[in-house]
Amino acid sequence: MSSNHNIALTFLVLLILLSGCGGQSFQQGQILYQNFCANCHMDDGTGLAGNIPPLVGSSLVRTQQERIPCIIRYGQEGPIEVNGQVFNNPMAAIPQLSDIEITNIINYINHSWGNDFGYVKFEAVREALKRCEK
Amino acid sequence: MSTLKKSATLSLLLLALALLLSHCRERSLPILSKTHEENGKLVYEQIPDFAFIGQDSSRVDNATFAGKAYVADFFFTSCPTICPIMTHNMLRIYDHFKDNDKLLLLSHTIDPKRDSVARLRQYAENLGVRPDKWHFVTGNKDSLYEIADDYFNIVIEDPTLPTGFDHSGRIVLVDPNRHIRAYCQGTDSLAVKAFIKDIEILLDEF
Repeated sequence: MSSNHNIALTFLVLLILLSGCGGQSFQQGQILYQNFCANCHMDDGTGLAGNIPPLVGSSLVRTQQERIPCIIRYGQEGPIEVNGQVFNNPMAAIPQLSDIEITNIINYINHSWGNDFGYVKFEAVREALKRCEK
Repeated sequence: MSTLKKSATLSLLLLALALLLSHCRERSLPILSKTHEENGKLVYEQIPDFAFIGQDSSRVDNATFAGKAYVADFFFTSCPTICPIMTHNMLRIYDHFKDNDKLLLLSHTIDPKRDSVARLRQYAENLGVRPDKWHFVTGNKDSLYEIADDYFNIVIEDPTLPTGFDHSGRIVLVDPNRHIRAYCQGTDSLAVKAFIKDIEILLDEF
């Protein structure tokens, strides 16, 4: 076999492996999202008109990534502003989710429905959770 | 061909056309209400008398829906499980029939302790819906739980659940005679799509 062939084959294997990895992490995030978030924020991240804020195109998710892990773990009380609109319904805490599960959910949200909010690292989520620990 | 023959052919054609068209007309909805026998005759049970308070503090009772059809469901504003999807689907129904005066909507809270009139008003205002079109009602807890049964819904207080309630998420269609004519699972968006077609069939009846 020529070395050219070998290089091409290596790249192909690498590509398949990488695409597999990306898919896996979103897959867990997606399943968790459907089990813990979709009832209120909907499958398509649009929320419920006026009462539950959207996650798709959300100014809050985009600009305040460090707040999201804390909201997921400890819930949300009081008014919050999303895309210029104020929402004021409490969100229940989801204490049973681990740091890594929260990371996977956020990465799913960050890359779904046209959102392009970037990757959040596990370490960053852990740090954020430490700061808001109750 | 004689004129007589021509007109006979024409009327035959028209008759055939009329038959075809009538065949195309949508089926009418069955009555799904519970039945009992009275003097050997089958009687469909009506939605019983009720009186609740709406989000604008006015009385909402059977007279509110006189001469109209309405869809009814059961929910509570702080519900983190099936209610937001149900309300989302109720909003689809509201939007679809916004300009049709024959249809109203009725959402009962099953959590009257927390869902005050003020809270229901805020919830409805946030949705951006008209209070004379979509009534959000609260009232006596036992009355609310009892009437849920008449709308084919089950509501149970369950302290072991994080939310404190267990309830089924049916959306029910009631005709002007207080009979149930259709229902669907309020969390199933395909079922709700078919349900909207059912509502259209009923509204064509009167």
